[in-house]
Amino acid sequence: MRTVVIDAAGMHYTPLNNLVREAVARGAERIVLENVLGQRFIANGVRGDVAIEVRGVPGGDLGMFMSGPRIEVFGNAEHAPGNTMDAGEIVVHGSAGDAVGHSMRGGRIFVEGAIGYRGGIHMKQYLEKHPVLVVGEYARAFLGEYMAGGTVLVLARHGGPAVEERGLGSGIHGGEIVLRGGLDPRYLGVGATTVPMDAGAMARVRPLVEAYCAHFGVDADPLLDDDYTRVVPASARPFADKYTWE
Amino acid sequence: MTPSIGSLPPKYRVTIDHDRCMLCGRCVVNCSYGVFRLDGDRVRTNSRVCTACHRCVAYCPRDAISIQERPLDYRTHPVWTRGVRESIYSQARTGKIVLAGMGNALDYPMIFDRLVLDACQVTNPSIDPLREPMELRTYLGKKPQRLELGTRGDGGVDLLTELAPNLCLETPIMIGHMSYGAISLNAQLAMARAVSGQGTFMGTGEGGLAEPLRPYQGHLIVQVASGRFGVDIDYLERGAAIEIKIGQGAKPGIGGHLPGEKVNALVSRTRMIPEGSDAISPAPHHDIYSIEDLAQLVRSLKEATGWKKPVFVKIAAVHNVAAIAAGIARSAADAVVVDGFRGGTGAAPRVFRDHVGIPVEAAVAAVDAKLRSQGIRNEVSVIASGGIRESTDVAKIIALGADAVYIGTAALVALGCRVCGSCYRGLCPWGIATQRQDLVDRLDPVAGGEQVGNLIHGWTLELAELMGAAGINSIESLRGNRDRLRSYMVDQALMDVLDVKSVGA
Repeated sequence: MRTVVIDAAGMHYTPLNNLVREAVARGAERIVLENVLGQRFIANGVRGDVAIEVRGVPGGDLGMFMSGPRIEVFGNAEHAPGNTMDAGEIVVHGSAGDAVGHSMRGGRIFVEGAIGYRGGIHMKQYLEKHPVLVVGEYARAFLGEYMAGGTVLVLARHGGPAVEERGLGSGIHGGEIVLRGGLDPRYLGVGATTVPMDAGAMARVRPLVEAYCAHFGVDADPLLDDDYTRVVPASARPFADKYTWE
Repeated sequence: MTPSIGSLPPKYRVTIDHDRCMLCGRCVVNCSYGVFRLDGDRVRTNSRVCTACHRCVAYCPRDAISIQERPLDYRTHPVWTRGVRESIYSQARTGKIVLAGMGNALDYPMIFDRLVLDACQVTNPSIDPLREPMELRTYLGKKPQRLELGTRGDGGVDLLTELAPNLCLETPIMIGHMSYGAISLNAQLAMARAVSGQGTFMGTGEGGLAEPLRPYQGHLIVQVASGRFGVDIDYLERGAAIEIKIGQGAKPGIGGHLPGEKVNALVSRTRMIPEGSDAISPAPHHDIYSIEDLAQLVRSLKEATGWKKPVFVKIAAVHNVAAIAAGIARSAADAVVVDGFRGGTGAAPRVFRDHVGIPVEAAVAAVDAKLRSQGIRNEVSVIASGGIRESTDVAKIIALGADAVYIGTAALVALGCRVCGSCYRGLCPWGIATQRQDLVDRLDPVAGGEQVGNLIHGWTLELAELMGAAGINSIESLRGNRDRLRSYMVDQALMDVLDVKSVGA
């Protein structure tokens, strides 16, 4: 396995990304970025089959437009990791900021801890592309707003509710949000509704829980042996009743 | 419950001159709204469904059809206009927001028509564009504040300043963003052929880049809007430039919504959303909640594409447009598109279309003045759009400070559009605002491309003539050159905003 180690200490994001791209172009299978401290746009638009380890705290838009690579962050992530991501995986050993997985079309994001506002907002799916966002603890307000596809899963490992802020799934018109434990219905956004967690949904969620647990060394059984709440669109046309033609 | 409003007077009356009609049936075939039917030895009409798109008129070989607008009007009243009354009837019935097509339909004064251009007489002779070279080539993008030069040993000079990527246009006329989905593939193809032939550019709109357009990608500006439809790294790399759509002149402050009925197989593939699903663009980009976030998206797009492409930011012309544009100029963006309140649209809430935003003339003048006052005019190009109807509008808006223009409706009119304003119906008989294959097939991309190309070429010739008459041989000398404009019956406050003197002054 060809590994390239890059010391990012004090480096601007553009030369850092240039080094990443060069390493990918030269066939690196694993790239280790040491001493990352707030550099934005890491691996933006990078294609290919490569594992990137980020040691430190990356800046915003980590892996934006990324198509293929697997990024593992040993630290927290700033806002919008996986923004408009196409394919690949981002694993955060920590928590992440706002707009995680914004407009994500494919690939998977696993956040060990919690995420900020607007997580999974406007995620969408197409044919074989089905984006997934798994959060270990909780998500702040406006989770899964305008969702057009994909799956958001929040595991509430911190002991409190997965979501206890407003705007959950407002305007959702595709995909599903699954929360471990219950949900106070007053946090549901306009156009979102809860439905029972049936066997089919559980079959979709199980491998995601297991993948989360594998990434972070957590026992899956207690998580799986629990009740889940499923949030889906009340209608595929959330705005259909709002307008009339001249 | 008996509704008490009853039916409203028809908008149009379609009549056939049966002496002239030869029963060829072309009107029956061409009308996608179902106005005509052949009944024995007569063509019968149902005027209620007519949109005055004139497809029947255009294809009747005998000029046997006439369409009368408002054959039966309400009692005239200056306050309670037909539009006002009909919106009330519509909302009394439905309780909903009224959507409408095309651009602003209110009778605001047209500033363009209150500005006149200059021409040389004796002391400074005019220039004959036939004889003298006229420089219409326009570069869009950042210009350096100053140039650093180094001398070589052999006496040569090296340019040390690193230049930002610019788009090179052979004419300052581009075609704005109309998405695949809102308009047909053949309409996009026709316009793509036209801009490629004329050495200029067009926008893809926010609906992604359909595969058949790829041969023209060197002349396409790919758009990234809040819905991020069709946006992936491949799309970004294909475009000659990238445009972030923040706002639209026809509906400032709100998002967009392509109904699922228009999302057919190719629209679905291009937008990368399931067939038949609604394509909803939220009002804001949810990764942009501040001017700093906008700067981050601009940089993110540049970082993803190796800092090789200019990034434009399009905003609707609103009250504080100048301050907003100044913020954008500091964001690493290369151009700001100012979209005036006359900009077209397939569908917008009527109240937004008619009442929100400001005219592009005032907006561009204010943006140009603000950028100059802050010493950052070179940081961004200014592209004017929304209601550019002819070459004189182009000349005037450039004199007010724009670098180039986007046209939209004008290009569609060159494809046959009659501005009937029924784009949202999806039945456009001209094959423009429709996805129905038999209608789309009516628009030949080769012929259509020639028509749109002719329009741009004709305007460019006129622009050269107007410049020559004013003694100007380079578009750069017209840019922001307000001395070439005079206002006619414009109030002092607006004259101050435009920074244009009165006629005679």
